[in-house]
Amino acid sequence: MKEILKIKGATLELDGRTLWSDLDLEVKPGEFIAVIGSNGSGKTSLLRTILGQLRLKTGKVYFAYEEADHGSPRIGYIPQQRNTDEAGVVLVKDLVRFGLNGHRAGVFVPKASERKKIEAALAATGVADYANQPFGALSGGEQQRVRVAQAVIGDPLLLLCDEPLSALDLQQQKAVSELIYQQAKAHRCAVLFVTHDVNPVLDMVDRVLYLANGKFKIGSPDEVFRSEVLSELYETQVDVVRNQGRIVVVGTHNHDHHPDEVWS
Amino acid sequence: MPLFDFTDYGTLLLWVLPSLVVALMLGMVGGLLSTLVIHRDSSFAVHGISELSFAGAAIALLIGMDVTFGSIVGSLVAAAIIGAISGKPRERNSLTAVLMPFGLGVGILALSLYHGRAASKFGLLTGQIVSLVDGRSTVLFILSGCVLIVLSVFWRRLLFASLDPAVAEARGVPVRMLSVLFTLTLGIAVAIGVQVVGALLVLSLLVTPGAAALRVTRSQFLAPALAVIFGVVAAVGGMMLSLGAALPVSPFITTISFTIYLVCWLIGRVKKGAIN
Repeated sequence: MKEILKIKGATLELDGRTLWSDLDLEVKPGEFIAVIGSNGSGKTSLLRTILGQLRLKTGKVYFAYEEADHGSPRIGYIPQQRNTDEAGVVLVKDLVRFGLNGHRAGVFVPKASERKKIEAALAATGVADYANQPFGALSGGEQQRVRVAQAVIGDPLLLLCDEPLSALDLQQQKAVSELIYQQAKAHRCAVLFVTHDVNPVLDMVDRVLYLANGKFKIGSPDEVFRSEVLSELYETQVDVVRNQGRIVVVGTHNHDHHPDEVWS
Repeated sequence: MPLFDFTDYGTLLLWVLPSLVVALMLGMVGGLLSTLVIHRDSSFAVHGISELSFAGAAIALLIGMDVTFGSIVGSLVAAAIIGAISGKPRERNSLTAVLMPFGLGVGILALSLYHGRAASKFGLLTGQIVSLVDGRSTVLFILSGCVLIVLSVFWRRLLFASLDPAVAEARGVPVRMLSVLFTLTLGIAVAIGVQVVGALLVLSLLVTPGAAALRVTRSQFLAPALAVIFGVVAAVGGMMLSLGAALPVSPFITTISFTIYLVCWLIGRVKKGAIN
């Protein structure tokens, strides 16, 4: 099958700093790709480039065979969980309705057919009981479940997840990433999953895009998470340690760990 | 003389029918826009725009131009300035506060130089006893009609862009364009409001109905619907009461609007208490 997202020879500069250069990435329909890297490595900027919010210095981005423009109704987007959000006052069902048809012209009048779809989406993500609650009243994990429902209800071709786990505890990280994986499979959409820690999604990813030091490495987790590969990327000695199914990269000074991360 | 005198009310009513229609339209426009104003936290911007709209109207009065035209120009200038730096609420607020006294000062200067009918002067600030001449109500009717059409076409996207901007932008909603559109329609609505309730009291129709509705419901369908009802009740009801009282329309509109808010605030409190 042909690729749903194609990035060719892309170089991004921000404030005179090259985040990454000559990036080539082709994402096939249904593929799950984790975008890994430390703070400032340009993970989120990659998503913003795909959404047409940042201009490339060189190269091109194609989404669904067309040059990427300013977002698309065929893209689902899961943002980072934040507490200071305008969305906090919005009812959960209304927020999910935005995902269904918020991009279309017209007035906001609920229809019975929409309501059924919204109820089904909320049930599938395990938050059906919160439909009539304000989004801000939910816990971080519940909010991200609503975000998943909102992102997949429009049957997107591509799901962009921008650090969706960053404010969650370990247990929630696992649950939310499994939910995203399962919902992406159910809706047959490809996923670009930005995260600084690969472990919660390690079992789900087809490929990893590792951004560091203005360079990148693409491949399966086994191909990328190797001491010699990452040492070359960082241009310094880096050790990849595997412990009880978890991967820990040691020796990168700018590698951030989640405050809740458990070192076992 | 009694405060209210409703003899010959029917004839009066017929005579001011055009003004009542404008009040009805303004109530609807105000109800819809006020919910967006609350969502976008731009109540203060409404005030700022109204002061410049007043300045524009006063200058127009002084130099013998059309007052409606002047107030729209003033509104749009303010809307353009405030819109240009939107996105940063702090900056927006301080800039609005800088614009407001300047607009008011320019307007008062223009009014003191004006030697025409005194009622026209005061009216721009605090509203008038139904003095909308027929020609002007036609213009205001068309303007508010245009705002209503624009709002109904872009309503869903405006809500999405106001309440969930990051996701809306990713979904291809032109968030920045809609922000400009919102400020423009707000500017026109303020210009209409200045003609009816005056610059100082525009907030009662462009903020209060939405604030009241959002006290009693969070539904994105019910809130604007309620706000429209509140806006229409305040604008039309206020105008009809002022006919019988031979007093300016504004105190009636603001009082009705405020009473509705109080009731909604109480209901909101009781509802919250019931949940907790």
